[in-house]
Amino acid sequence: MEEQRLITLEDIYKQYDGTTVLDHINLYIRKKEFVTLLGPSGCGKTTTLRIIGGFETADSGRVIFDGQDISGIPPYKRRVNTVFQKYALFPHLNVRDNIAFGLKLKKMSKAEIDRKVDYMLDLVNLKGYGKRGVDSLSGGQQQRIAIARALVNEPEVLLLDEPLGALDLKLRKEMQLELKAMQQRLGITFLYVTHDQEEALTMSDTIVVMQGGRILQIGTPKSIYDEPKNAFVANFIGESNIFPGTMIRDELVHFCGADFPCVDSGFGEDHPVDVVIRPEDILLVGEDVGQVTGTIKSVLFKGVHYEMIIDAGHSIWKVHSTTMQPEGSRVGLAVVPFNIHIMHRMEEEKPQEEAKK
Amino acid sequence: MKFIKRFYLGLVLAFLYIPIVVLIVQSFNAGKSRAKWEGFSFRWYEELFKDPNIMNSLVITLAIAVLAALFATIIGTLAAIGIHAMKRRPQQLMLTLNNIPMTMPDIVTGISLMLLFIFTQVERGFVTMLLAHITFDVPYVILSIMPKLKQMNKNTYEAALDLGATPMYALFHVILPQVMPGVITGAMLAFTLSLDDFTISYFTTSPLVQNLSTLIYSQARKGIKPTMNALSALMFVALLLLLLVVNKRTAEEE
Repeated sequence: MEEQRLITLEDIYKQYDGTTVLDHINLYIRKKEFVTLLGPSGCGKTTTLRIIGGFETADSGRVIFDGQDISGIPPYKRRVNTVFQKYALFPHLNVRDNIAFGLKLKKMSKAEIDRKVDYMLDLVNLKGYGKRGVDSLSGGQQQRIAIARALVNEPEVLLLDEPLGALDLKLRKEMQLELKAMQQRLGITFLYVTHDQEEALTMSDTIVVMQGGRILQIGTPKSIYDEPKNAFVANFIGESNIFPGTMIRDELVHFCGADFPCVDSGFGEDHPVDVVIRPEDILLVGEDVGQVTGTIKSVLFKGVHYEMIIDAGHSIWKVHSTTMQPEGSRVGLAVVPFNIHIMHRMEEEKPQEEAKK
Repeated sequence: MKFIKRFYLGLVLAFLYIPIVVLIVQSFNAGKSRAKWEGFSFRWYEELFKDPNIMNSLVITLAIAVLAALFATIIGTLAAIGIHAMKRRPQQLMLTLNNIPMTMPDIVTGISLMLLFIFTQVERGFVTMLLAHITFDVPYVILSIMPKLKQMNKNTYEAALDLGATPMYALFHVILPQVMPGVITGAMLAFTLSLDDFTISYFTTSPLVQNLSTLIYSQARKGIKPTMNALSALMFVALLLLLLVVNKRTAEEE
């Protein structure tokens, strides 16, 4: 395992004008892995990327690349390339010269450069655009050029700073799939920064959830979605109902005025916890058989499902269901034990509110 | 109403341009008298180009303008890039410091430079006049480049480093090409300002090294020769053309 680690961040600390932006970050990235740094704006994800790219230096801590400490190495000597948020194409150069910029610096022969640029233009589906000025291209096309310009240098790691942020939804979804396919085909390590949880879930091998300069959770998309470590992660990744509760004993939790059997254990007895239930995991049943009962406050049609807000006395539940119950009707709510996820309470005061998207 | 508007505008323009028109017309007057029109002639233009004093001053004027514009552009461009990279507070301070010399009366700049040269015991002449011109040109160069730098995507410099460029290579191949229109405008502005400067030149040169402005002034004290009309007319036309080009460039950039 150890020799597969391509980049290791050791205890990275960084502050700007007295404000801590990275609070002792430890992280490693394996070869050929697609890692996403996910978090709200200001969480430190872009700063982390810029420290790896060499555009910022950490106040303390080390960046290890392939076994070497590269903390003091300037960006132009690092074997990484970056795709910037606003593309940062060179406006005075045409598409071909933009892509060839890095190769020319490596003193490659003209024929070699032409061959590689043509290959990249083909890869990003922009054959025949070589002579065009970059300002004449659409946002999506510019983004592809930016990716081609970075990839043509065959970096060991490609850093991407919210590269799809400026594109419209449909194009963004297309590019997500294209980027993922490209990464798998070329076998390059991707470090991707985004605040879009769906993007992170779709593309990543590993997601690193960050908040306030700290790493909250590292895991596969599935483990982060299914087993968020705390209320912040649960709220940030997908929609969820989060209730304060008490772990009565192993596999039994009390919240919203009722006892629910669950599958979690090891929290001790009478321990305060947060309970997370995804809206699609709540079953609407008859009033008499529900674990809790409530009144439907509102119904919203969302395309694939209905979103219903249910008032269960002391708690409000958000439920996603393909069948609709009319507003005002009384319903019973049930959750199977497997779908109840228990989390430790967060130490700090809840950042839940600001995390709502 | 329409008539009044036009009349007023005409009046303003007349006030501004009648003296210059008179000057140009007089420069073609065959006679020496300024009160009487004695026929059209290029006589004064011919004499102008035969006058060694004037030709000498013309060379000095052009040499000073070209050199001052060149040095001021180099200094100003690098300074602007440096100021642009500063944080907000020091940047504001630098821009204010840059603006003050431009608003200062020329006579103050001229006298203070003269005092500086006397104090440091530098003999006044071509070099001191050149230094003075560079000094008052630099702020204008900086001012014409700053907007271009602000327009530039800051990440392009980082992108160049990312692709393997050294900071020096990035400066010449990524930053300079992007701000070049501002650099050229700045250089032309500096050239123009240097070409027609009188006050500062007057205080920073010796009587042996005269540019056209100071020459005209010293000759005018002895009574104006009609060749001066021809010279002034030529300077007016040259500056007009330069200003037109500068203005057109500025308009295009915006």
